[in-house]
Amino acid sequence: MKVRTLLAKDLRILKRSPLLLGLLVLYPLVVALLIGLALGRGSDKPRVAIVNEVPRGQSLDVGTGTLRLGISGDQVRDHIDPVRVATRAEAERRVRDGDVLGALIIPEDTFRKIESRVEQPRLEVIVSEEDPVKARLVDDAIAAALSEANRQVARALTRANVRYLDLLLNGGNVTVFGERFNVLGLRRIGESVEAARRRLPRGSPERSGLDRVVRFTRIAQANFGLSSQVLTALSEPIRVDKQVVSGARVPLTTFAAAVAVAVSLMFVTVLLASGALALERDQNTFGRLVRGPVSRTTLLAEKGLFALVGALPVTLLMLLAVATFATVEWDRFHLWVAAIAVAAMAFAAMGTLIGALAREVQAASLLAFTLLLPVAFLALVPSGAVSPVVHDITQAVSFVFPFDATVDAMRSALYSSGSLGGPLLHLSALAVGFGVASRVAIRGFG
Amino acid sequence: MHVPPPVVLAAEGLRKSYGARAALKDVSLEATTGERVACVGPNGAGKTTLLTILAGIQAPDAGTVRAEGRAGWVPQTPAVYDKLTAAENLRLFAKLERIADVEASVTRMLDQTGLRERAQDQVAQLSGGNRQRLNVAIGLLSSPPVLLMDEPSAALDPRQRERLWEYLGGLTADGTTVVYATHTLSEAERHADRMLVLADGEALFWGAPNELQERVASPGDAPGDLESAFVEFLRQEGH
Repeated sequence: MKVRTLLAKDLRILKRSPLLLGLLVLYPLVVALLIGLALGRGSDKPRVAIVNEVPRGQSLDVGTGTLRLGISGDQVRDHIDPVRVATRAEAERRVRDGDVLGALIIPEDTFRKIESRVEQPRLEVIVSEEDPVKARLVDDAIAAALSEANRQVARALTRANVRYLDLLLNGGNVTVFGERFNVLGLRRIGESVEAARRRLPRGSPERSGLDRVVRFTRIAQANFGLSSQVLTALSEPIRVDKQVVSGARVPLTTFAAAVAVAVSLMFVTVLLASGALALERDQNTFGRLVRGPVSRTTLLAEKGLFALVGALPVTLLMLLAVATFATVEWDRFHLWVAAIAVAAMAFAAMGTLIGALAREVQAASLLAFTLLLPVAFLALVPSGAVSPVVHDITQAVSFVFPFDATVDAMRSALYSSGSLGGPLLHLSALAVGFGVASRVAIRGFG
Repeated sequence: MHVPPPVVLAAEGLRKSYGARAALKDVSLEATTGERVACVGPNGAGKTTLLTILAGIQAPDAGTVRAEGRAGWVPQTPAVYDKLTAAENLRLFAKLERIADVEASVTRMLDQTGLRERAQDQVAQLSGGNRQRLNVAIGLLSSPPVLLMDEPSAALDPRQRERLWEYLGGLTADGTTVVYATHTLSEAERHADRMLVLADGEALFWGAPNELQERVASPGDAPGDLESAFVEFLRQEGH
């Protein structure tokens, strides 16, 4: 009853604070819009302009038929988002304008040089170095795409060579300069020599000469048989089998949505809880409330509930907006609500602690921003980006704040990746911990 | 035969320290029905600490407080919500105090404090005097036998101050005990039956204002005004 009365009071005050209310509604919508625009650029791969100067209709013949080289085709879509442009000048302009992150020029003599098997074709990359991060991204993506193309050519050439070896071994027809020839092959040569040898008398010098030829053909047959396997292995000396040992694969858009939700939820909930508690001191009402009508614990619980009631619809609204851009599974909506609610409780408890420590609304807001930004930043530092010691420290710091666990919970709730129970348990423990700390902090409050 | 009025508030041996600083050192007082008690002293004397302990906002390190019922509390700075109207503030605290008929109590307090016409105005739009009236009204919502007020007239102009004391005079006439802190000696002289003089947490004097004046007056001289007597008294006590 008292909690309901206080909650109604706080909501009425919030309603009469148009600037704050406007920010509360607009902030998540703006964040959602920005994320939507970012995700709406299409894929999560860098956009790279492709200028294919190879004359139309020209194909790459490596001896086993025409090879469709995938530098500008579907194959590179695994690494880059290709944008076809007609000329080098247009590619340069697009890179300068930031429309694409880089450009790849395929010179007209590329196929000729590959077919020659003596010259190496050279592709050109145009990139803006204004932003080192973007430049690195383009370098990596194009290197990956070219590696794929090199692998395709190497495999095609190997297949051609293996076919020639097979012809030498087993014989068959081959066309050279338009004229068709029949190649006997080592195996049939060996059989013919063997037959001729059998017809000669034992001990004759011709028979011992043929014995040496028979031994050679046998050794040659055995080694030619192995050669095809060796060449295949050389065309792709190292193969990669990926094994995921931690985390679950989540689309980048879903991860972005989870981070966006966590950021919005964190700011809205913490600012509401800390502000509402600090307001009681600003308005001098804390003493009046806790001297009789309301206990300190009840007041803290009410502030947490107020932050939850304020943040839940705002965050859900934002998530619904983001869902139009990101990959989400709508049948998991109930899990979204659960994850947001538990995360909001943890953030609200953290907010009440900030409110109790700061004691004034403005100081509480300042403290909240000062604390929350680095917390979010640290939680998003990937392993491998910093030294192991620093990473361990960032992990430890992230563990005692709800942001990291909220991202995990939202990822699990939005997309079936990993267990939701673990992050929810973690968030619940943080809610209790911050709640107890808040209760201790307001002992002398008022 | 004179029957002394019943004691409705009694504090004995109150001690309170903030770290190494002693805010109250063995302070005692009592107040009877309808009595007006002023706690006077220079800034930092311990007046607010004493009143917040009497109000139950903070606990003493030592000593006891006995009160008939729960005292009403009127802090120095109005403890009201700026974004709520006067009526909404009263309604909120009436609900939290679990007063039986909330609307009747709100109407009664608006009438008593003369705020009826400003009932629907947000507190932020009220004058300092009207805020203080609302502050007092909230303290009186539950019709407490004792009203504790921390420098109630500090932010008021003379006319508002006069109205406030007029109103409080009506309350004490009806049997409500008023204990207040002030550093305005003329206020204590006019509106206190007994006064407690505090300095550096020590209770230096407990009695009627004129007793203090008589104590410091030279033999044969007529007592001076209370303010002069108070300053002289503090000097004699080494403060």
